[in-house]
Amino acid sequence: MIIATLAFYLFAALTVASAFMVISAKNPVHAVLFLILAFFNSAALFVLLGAEFLAMILIVVYVGAVAVLFLFVVMMLDINFAELRQGFLQYLPIGGLIGIILLIELILVVSGWVLTPDALQLAAQNAPIIPGATNTEQLGQVIYTQYAYLFQISGMILLVAMIGAIVLTHRQRPGVKKQVIADQVYRRPEDAMAIRKVEPGQGV
Amino acid sequence: MEIGLAHYLTVSAILLTLGIFGIFLNRKNVIVILMSVELMLLAVNINLVAFSSFLGDLVGQVFALFVLTVAAGEAAIGLAILVVYFRNRGTIAVEDIHHMKG
Repeated sequence: MIIATLAFYLFAALTVASAFMVISAKNPVHAVLFLILAFFNSAALFVLLGAEFLAMILIVVYVGAVAVLFLFVVMMLDINFAELRQGFLQYLPIGGLIGIILLIELILVVSGWVLTPDALQLAAQNAPIIPGATNTEQLGQVIYTQYAYLFQISGMILLVAMIGAIVLTHRQRPGVKKQVIADQVYRRPEDAMAIRKVEPGQGV
Repeated sequence: MEIGLAHYLTVSAILLTLGIFGIFLNRKNVIVILMSVELMLLAVNINLVAFSSFLGDLVGQVFALFVLTVAAGEAAIGLAILVVYFRNRGTIAVEDIHHMKG
C-alpha cells in the first residue's frame, strides 16, 4: 500500500511539474518533450487506477503520434520563437490571477463533495468492472457491443480529421511534370500522326 | 495514507488550471496554445478514468477513449491549419489572424 501511495505522489508530482514546464519552457522543442513526459506520467497514473489499456493507448496515441506531430511541426516551421515570447511577463499577472482563482474553486469543489449512495448503484448497473478479468478484455466487451455505434463514429471522426489534414496541407505546385495515364490510354493514332502523300521531287 | 478519488481529482484540477494558464501566458504562440489544450484534455481524461475506477463503472474509460480520439483529430487538424497559415503568411503570431476576414 505504501508503495502505491508513494508511486501516486511521484507520478502526480512529475505530471504537474512537466505540465508546468510545457507552458513555461523557452524553447518549444523542450515544451514538446516535457509534454511527452507529462503523458508518460499520466499513463502511469492510469496504470495505478487499473486502466491499463487506456494507459498503453495514451502512450501509443499521444507519445507516438500527437507529440511527434507537434515536434515535426515545431522543427519544420522556421519560426522566430523569441519574438513570439514578447509579452510573456505582461500576461503573467492576469493569467496567474485567473488560474489561481480557478484552482481554488476546483479544489474547494473537489474537497467539499460526497457521493450519494445511489451513485454506486447506478454505476454498477451499467458496465461494472469485474474483478479478475483483464481491463482490455472488459473494455472490448463493452465497446464492441454497447458502444459499437459510438466506436464507429469515432473512427469516422479520425477519417475526417485525416482527410481534412491532407486537403489542407496538399498543394499543387506549378511546373511539375507528371505522367497522366488516362491521357496516354485515350491517345489515338489519328491524334498523334498524319499521313501525307509526298510527290516525288517535291518537299513536304 | 490512502489515495482516494480526491487526490486524482486534485491532480486533474491542477493540470486543467495549468492548461488555461498556458493559454494566457503564451498568447502569441499557437503551438504552445495547442499543447495547453492537449493538457486540458488530459486532465479531463484523468477525471474520467479516476471516477470510472473508484465507482467501479467501465463507461468512464470508454468515454476517455473517445476523448482521446477527438483530441488526436483536433491536434492533427490544428497543426495542419497552422502549417497552411505559416505557408501563407510566414508567421504564426495569433495577433495577425484577425487580418483573415472572410
